[in-house]
Amino acid sequence: MIVEFGHYALVLAFALSLVQSVVPLWGALAGDDRLMAVAPPVSVTMFVMVLVSFAVLTSAYLTADFSVLNVLENSHSAKPLLYKFTGVWGNHEGSMLLWVLILVFFGALVGLFGGNLPKDLRATTLAVQGWISAGFILFLLATSNPFARVINPPLEGADLNPILQDIGLAIHPPLLYVGYVGFSITFSFAVAALILGRTDAAWARWVRPWTLLAWCFLTLGIAMGSYWAYYELGWGGWWFWDPVENASLMPWLAGTALLHSAIVMERREALKIWTILLAIFTFSLSLLGTFLVRSGVLTSVHAFATDPTRGVFILVLLCLFIGGSLSLYAWRAPALRQGGLFAPISREGALVLNNLFLTSACAAVFVGTLYPLFLDAVTGEKISVGAPFFNLTFGPLMVPLLIAVPFGPVLSWKRGDLLAASQRLYAAFGLAILMTIFTFWLWGMEKVLAPLGVGLAVWVMAGAVSEILTRVKIFEIGPSRAFSRLIGLPGSAWGSMLAHFGIGLTVLGVVTASAFQDERIATMRPGDTVELSGYQLTFDGAAPRRGPNFTEEVGHFTIRQGGIFVTELDPSKRIYTARQMPTTEAAIFTTGFSQLYLSLGESRGDGAVDVRVYFKPLITLIWIGCVIMALGGAVSIADRRLRVGAPKPARKRNAGAAAPAE
Amino acid sequence: MTRKQRRLTLIGTAGVVLATAFGLIMFALYDELVFFQSPTDIARNTLPSGQRIRLGGLVEDGSVVRSDNAEVSFRVTDMENTVSVTYKGILPDLFREGQGVVTEGIVRPDGVFVADSVLAKHDENYIPKEVAEALKKQGHWQGDKTTAN
Repeated sequence: MIVEFGHYALVLAFALSLVQSVVPLWGALAGDDRLMAVAPPVSVTMFVMVLVSFAVLTSAYLTADFSVLNVLENSHSAKPLLYKFTGVWGNHEGSMLLWVLILVFFGALVGLFGGNLPKDLRATTLAVQGWISAGFILFLLATSNPFARVINPPLEGADLNPILQDIGLAIHPPLLYVGYVGFSITFSFAVAALILGRTDAAWARWVRPWTLLAWCFLTLGIAMGSYWAYYELGWGGWWFWDPVENASLMPWLAGTALLHSAIVMERREALKIWTILLAIFTFSLSLLGTFLVRSGVLTSVHAFATDPTRGVFILVLLCLFIGGSLSLYAWRAPALRQGGLFAPISREGALVLNNLFLTSACAAVFVGTLYPLFLDAVTGEKISVGAPFFNLTFGPLMVPLLIAVPFGPVLSWKRGDLLAASQRLYAAFGLAILMTIFTFWLWGMEKVLAPLGVGLAVWVMAGAVSEILTRVKIFEIGPSRAFSRLIGLPGSAWGSMLAHFGIGLTVLGVVTASAFQDERIATMRPGDTVELSGYQLTFDGAAPRRGPNFTEEVGHFTIRQGGIFVTELDPSKRIYTARQMPTTEAAIFTTGFSQLYLSLGESRGDGAVDVRVYFKPLITLIWIGCVIMALGGAVSIADRRLRVGAPKPARKRNAGAAAPAE
Repeated sequence: MTRKQRRLTLIGTAGVVLATAFGLIMFALYDELVFFQSPTDIARNTLPSGQRIRLGGLVEDGSVVRSDNAEVSFRVTDMENTVSVTYKGILPDLFREGQGVVTEGIVRPDGVFVADSVLAKHDENYIPKEVAEALKKQGHWQGDKTTAN
């Protein structure tokens, strides 16, 4: 009975989404306040309905109600409680329900906290949000009903795919979805601006915080997914240029471009039309990602089910939203007023350059991801586009961007002085050269690109730090007075410093972990030792062990360095009972920022096992850098000057004065 | 700088960046694509030797031979033709005789396929789509035996 209640709540939410799609927009166009006032309460109620529906599905999982098809196919009574909970979105229907839940949550946020927006803008934005909600709730109800029942329920479920039985499932999808779906707000804002035919100051101020919020979560979601794949799949890789990964990288690249162009729009009123286009692109890429992952055109761990009607449905939604918004853009954008002139060498110019490189890189990823699908559909020829393609296209486009990163924040708005800006970066440049030489000295000349990559990463990090130091004039007024200036710096300055420092860290981790990793593959018998990067790994033997819903063969290894005991590692091979499916559980030893990664292969019967072991220098910096980037985003959102709200003229003048025109 | 010059500089920069990106993409598409081939395609020798390819098919029953140093050799078949494959490394969890597999590498002059990666499957019921289609093309599709769904 309660399950039907959840289904019913979802149907109600669909009805509400139709109301929200039409009534407020009508009100906004007709200038009727009462009709516009419908939007906020409807958006909140719709969220409550979807939440109820989600709660019902969750309770079906927690109580292991196998009369629900979705629970039957993806759960098992012996599954640990955490995975019963996270298993709610470890399948197609449940994950789409989570997607919709977050979508309507964002709508409700605008409904609740958009009080200081112009009425018609809020109503129109919520109406656009209503279209998206209606489309995806209908998708759930029509093709992916999570509440479908089974007539004669069996006593036991089929269990969750063992690869997903991990804490990562609790973290990665929600973070990623908040990121993906968060961009829907910026999209709705952009479309609303096009419908209303104007972009006022309030509009410009709303775009950046919402973009930043979504961007922070997307950054964390991608990083978490990467780390999860790294430790769970047992291949020791952290990024495979898999289409599913690219599906999340594309909105990230476009979103990063968007949040930079939004800065220009917010401060200088320039690039408005471009920002609107980017907002549309970013969410379109999120939708494309959802399509690629959920439609089953790709075979991967993310494609839970391959039902062609679902793919067609999402494809139709995709065409409607992307085609519709772009047509609207082509029709209405020329009517928007452009403002804010700037010289090519200026903060604006630097941000335009950032946008150029990020969007080109995004285009490269787009081609590499979709070309195989396109070729297959047109000619039937099967090809794959792998890391070499992306290294050759994405890599070269990122290098000039990273070189330019430290220049952006030290250039002044409107008209900048490249020479003066360069002088502020001498120290950073010197440090980068020093680190390059140091890396050459450490590793020799055999790898030419890697030390240059290290230098580039240090350049970005040192540039970020020196930007803050010069802003507080530490070299002119001395450390104690500089410290008080440091505290007084606006959050956005700290935010960009942290984010740029973070990207430098990530690059450093990528370069060192790829170029200087050490790898051994060996067949080991008890007592055997392999040597790797100064560590000696001794295989002591293997023993069976039982878990709650699996059995495993655990290998025991002792790690020594120069003969001195360091640690013990216990990688294992598991067999999950319900599906009889084997998985590899790697054992990881973190030392400083580097990791020793050990995974088992097939055992040979006579006590011998295949072993693969890596030493990955500084690899954790890849993910730490992402966390710092997201932290930078959060600090920037917290910036008081950028608090959301329609700025009064006086406040606007203040904000203009506070924006440092250095 | 006049307004026109500013605009031209902007458009010029954009043009250079976009042209670079376009050039890189075209070059990489020409150079770095990996074609999917079945054992029959390889037997027909349609691609120049030394080119990276993806080989897909079924792991022939009884063909897996393991030797020390984690080296393994097996044969990949599409029921029409068979290719010998050698690989050094850890095989994916769901690598099984009689099941679908996709490997990437190059064909040695002696006809042996040297794989540097064997693609993992994430699900026990999953047979790579490319393999399924290659098998269908050969008319050896046995849906029930290979449990494709």
